[in-house]
Amino acid sequence: MSDKTSVLEMRGITKRFPGGTLANDAIDLELGEREIHALLGENGAGKTTLMNILYGLVTPDEGEIRIDGTPVAIQGPADAIARGIGMVHQHFMLVPVLSVAENVVLGQEITGVGGVLDMRTAERRIRELAERLGFSVDPGTRVNQLSLGQQQRVEILKAIYRGARILVLDEPTAVLTPQETREIFGVLRRLRQDGTSIIFISHKLDEVLEIADRITVIRRGKVVGSRKPAQTNKDELAELMVGRAVSLRVDRGQSHPGDVTLEVVGLRALDDRRHEILQGVDLNVRAGEIVGIAGVGGNGQDELVECVVGLRKPNAGAIRLAGRDITRQSVEGRRDLGIAYVPADRQRFGLVLPYLLPDNFVLTRYGEVPYAGGLGGFVRQDQPIRNEAGRLAKEFDVRASSLDVAASTLSGGNQQKVVVAREFRHDLRVLVVDQPTRGLDVGSIEFIHKQVIERRDAGVAVLLVSAELDEVLDLSDRILVMYRGRIVGTFAAAEAQREKVGLLMATGEART
Amino acid sequence: MGRGDAAAGDGGLMDILALPRLVWEFVVYLFAVMPDLLPIILSLATPLALGALCGVLGERSGVVNIGIEGIMLMAAFFGYLTGFALHEPLGTGAALALGIVVAVATGALLGLLHAWLTVTVRADQIIAGTMMNIAAFGVTGYLNRLIITPSGRGGAGVIPPFHLPDQLATLPFLGPILAMFLDQGPIAMSVILLVLISQFALFRTRWGLRTRAVGEHPKAADTVGIDVFRQRYLNVIVGCGIAGLAGAYLTLESTGSFQNGMTNGRGFIALAAVIFGRWTPLGSLLGALLFGTATAFGIIVNVRPAEGDLGTLMKTIPTFWYAALPYLITVVILAGVVGRSTPPAADGIPYAKEGKG
Repeated sequence: MSDKTSVLEMRGITKRFPGGTLANDAIDLELGEREIHALLGENGAGKTTLMNILYGLVTPDEGEIRIDGTPVAIQGPADAIARGIGMVHQHFMLVPVLSVAENVVLGQEITGVGGVLDMRTAERRIRELAERLGFSVDPGTRVNQLSLGQQQRVEILKAIYRGARILVLDEPTAVLTPQETREIFGVLRRLRQDGTSIIFISHKLDEVLEIADRITVIRRGKVVGSRKPAQTNKDELAELMVGRAVSLRVDRGQSHPGDVTLEVVGLRALDDRRHEILQGVDLNVRAGEIVGIAGVGGNGQDELVECVVGLRKPNAGAIRLAGRDITRQSVEGRRDLGIAYVPADRQRFGLVLPYLLPDNFVLTRYGEVPYAGGLGGFVRQDQPIRNEAGRLAKEFDVRASSLDVAASTLSGGNQQKVVVAREFRHDLRVLVVDQPTRGLDVGSIEFIHKQVIERRDAGVAVLLVSAELDEVLDLSDRILVMYRGRIVGTFAAAEAQREKVGLLMATGEART
Repeated sequence: MGRGDAAAGDGGLMDILALPRLVWEFVVYLFAVMPDLLPIILSLATPLALGALCGVLGERSGVVNIGIEGIMLMAAFFGYLTGFALHEPLGTGAALALGIVVAVATGALLGLLHAWLTVTVRADQIIAGTMMNIAAFGVTGYLNRLIITPSGRGGAGVIPPFHLPDQLATLPFLGPILAMFLDQGPIAMSVILLVLISQFALFRTRWGLRTRAVGEHPKAADTVGIDVFRQRYLNVIVGCGIAGLAGAYLTLESTGSFQNGMTNGRGFIALAAVIFGRWTPLGSLLGALLFGTATAFGIIVNVRPAEGDLGTLMKTIPTFWYAALPYLITVVILAGVVGRSTPPAADGIPYAKEGKG
C-alpha cells in the first residue's frame, strides 16, 4: 500500500534533550494514505518523542514536516489539530471527573450566545460518530467510571471529532486485555477503511505483524529499517529493534542447586480484606536454583511474596533463612541477612518517583557506610552515592539523559532496570522477583532474564512470581503451581508441559 | 448540659422538662430577633462570599491563593485612599465610584502578580500567598501612618444603601427576608448576582469547561490546544478583582474608614467557605452565609439578650465564645467534619510543559 500518495512526511527530524541525549537523530518517516504504519522500538528509542514533535508537544532542533506535500510549522497541539493530526497518548489525556461528551468537545466546544455550551448537540454528534466507528458510548457518563478499553475509545473519538485524518496511537495495547486489543484492532481497520492514516507505536512484535501495513523500526533515535509484515518475521524485527540477535527463548543453562536457603513451612496469612488467602504454604528454594510460582493472579502469590520479604505478618507458620527463623524479623532485618526484593509495581513500591536517580539507586542502603557518614552517620554523602549510581547505571544500561533526573521521567524499562540494579547486589542469598518484566520490551526482558540467571549461578536462591506463564516456564528450574492459597503441584523444568501446568493453574487438579 | 443551672431551685419534675423548654425558648428567641438578625447576615457574609469566589475561580483552574486576605486588605486601603484623596475635588459620589474601580484594579493587579509568580515562575503557591499577606499588612499599615493618620481628615464616607419601602419592610416574616437581600448596599447586593453568574458560567459555558479541565488535568487540556497559562492567568486575575471588590466593601460600603489589619482573617474564612462549598460558587456562598449567621448571632446576643431561663443560661457563657463562633465553625469545617470534599486534582500544582523551547 506504500505506493499510494503519502499524507505525511517527516524529514531529518533531530531532537537533543538538555543533558545531551539524542532522542531523535535525523529520522525520516513517511505515512501513506489509508496506511497503518507501525513504529517499532525499545523503551526509550525515541518513538514517543518523534510523535510528540509531530503533535507540537516537543519542538525539534532540526527537520521538516510535510503534510500532503506542503511543509508545515507545528508550534503546538492546536496547530497539529488544525492540520488534521490526532493523537492517543500512552497515558490517556482525559479529565476523569468530566463526562465523555465534555472530554470529547474540550477545546472545540459547540457553543451558543456568550459561550454557553450546547451539550445536547455535542452528545448527538458523539453518538453518531461512535456508531460510524462501530461501537457505542454513553456521552453522559463520567470518564472515571469507564474501563481502560472504553477510555481509549473516547480518546479515538476525541481525535476523530477534531477531524483527524492522521491518527497516532502511542502503545495503545499496553493497558488492554487481549479481548480489548482485538476490539481496538477492529476499530482501527474500520478507520483505515474510512480513509484515516494511522501511526501505531508498539514494542510488541506479534501485534505489529498482525495490524500493520508497514513497519519502521527505530533504535536509539535512528531509523534502522522498514519492512512489510509479509517480508519479515519476529526474529528479524527483534534483531533490528535491539541491534543484535535476540533470543526470544531463554538460555537457562544447567543449574547446580546447593543447600536449602529459603524455607517456608505451613504459612497462613490474611489478605487485605481479612480473608485467609494463604492456607498452609510449604516450599523451599535451594541456593543456585530458580523456583517459579505459576498461578492465576489473586491465588495468594502477592501475599506469599509479602510474607517472605516481611511486608505482611503471617498468622501461622514459619519462614527460615538457611535454618534460621526469620518469621518475626523486620523488612530491614531481612535485607541485612541478604534478602532482596523486586516488587511487582515498580512505580508504587520500587521507586520514589520524584527522587533523582542517585537516591533511588541507594534507596535500600542509604544508612550504610559510605552513603551515610559524618556526624555519627547522620549525613548523606553525595559523592559516594553518585559514584555508586553512575556505576550501576552503566552496568545495567540504564538510559537517562543524566543522573540528575527524577525517576518518574524514565521509561518503564529503564525504571525497572534501576530497581533491578539496586536489588541485585553481590552479597545476596535470596532474591524475590515479582513480575520482573511486566510491560518491558524484548531487549530489556532478555537483559533482566540474563541477570536473574547470573545471580542464580552465583549461588543465590531465586523465588520468581510472574503472571506470564511462559516466563515462569522459561526461567525456572522448578515450577510450583499455586491455587487458592496452596501449592497444588510441583514440576521439574524438564517435565513441565505448558498444557499440564495451565490446567493445574486453572482447576487446582491434575487430570490425566 | 447546663441543666442544673437552668432549673436551679425547681423540683425534680421540672428537671425533666428543662431541656425541651429551653429549646422552645431558644426557637422563640430566634423568631423574636429575626428582624434584626437577617438584614445583617448578608452584609457580614459579603466580604467572605466575594473572597470565596476568588478562591473558587483560582482553585478551579489549579491555582491556590491563600493571599486573598492580603489582596482584600490592599484593595480596601487603595480604594479608601482614592476616596480620601478625591472626595473634595470630585464630590463624594464620583470619589466613591472611583474608589471601587481602584480597589478592583488593585485586586486584579495583585492577581496578575500572583499569576506570574505561580504560573509563569512556578513559585510555591503557598509561599507566594503568604508573601502577599505579609506584604499587604506592612504596606497598608505604613502608608496609612504616612498619609492618612497625620492628615486628620476622613474618607469619602460610605456608599448609601438602598432602602426597602416601609410597606414591604414591615411585612411579617417576608419583610426581614426581603430586607436581608434588598436593604443593602450595591456591593452586598451584587454578591448574589456574581455568585449566580459564576455558578452558571463554571458549569455551562466554554470558559467554565476549560477552567475545570485545566484545574483537573492541565496536560489533557494542553493536548487539545487549550492555553493552560492563559486560562490560569485569566481566572486568577478575575478572581482577585472580585477579592478587590470585597476590600472596597469593607472601607467604602461598610465602615467608611480604614484600620490596620481590618480584614481580620476574613480572607482565610473565605478559604474555609470554598472547602465547605466544595469548590462551587453557590456552595461557598452558603458557607459564607453560615459564617455570616454565626457572626450576626454573636452580635445580636449582646444587643438583644434573651430573657428568662434561656437568658440566664446564655449569660453564663462568656461573650467571647459568641464572638469566636465563626472561627470555631472554621476549625470544625477545616477538620473535615462536614464530610470529605475533593479539591480539583491539579489544585496547587504548577504546570510545566516538557521538551519545549
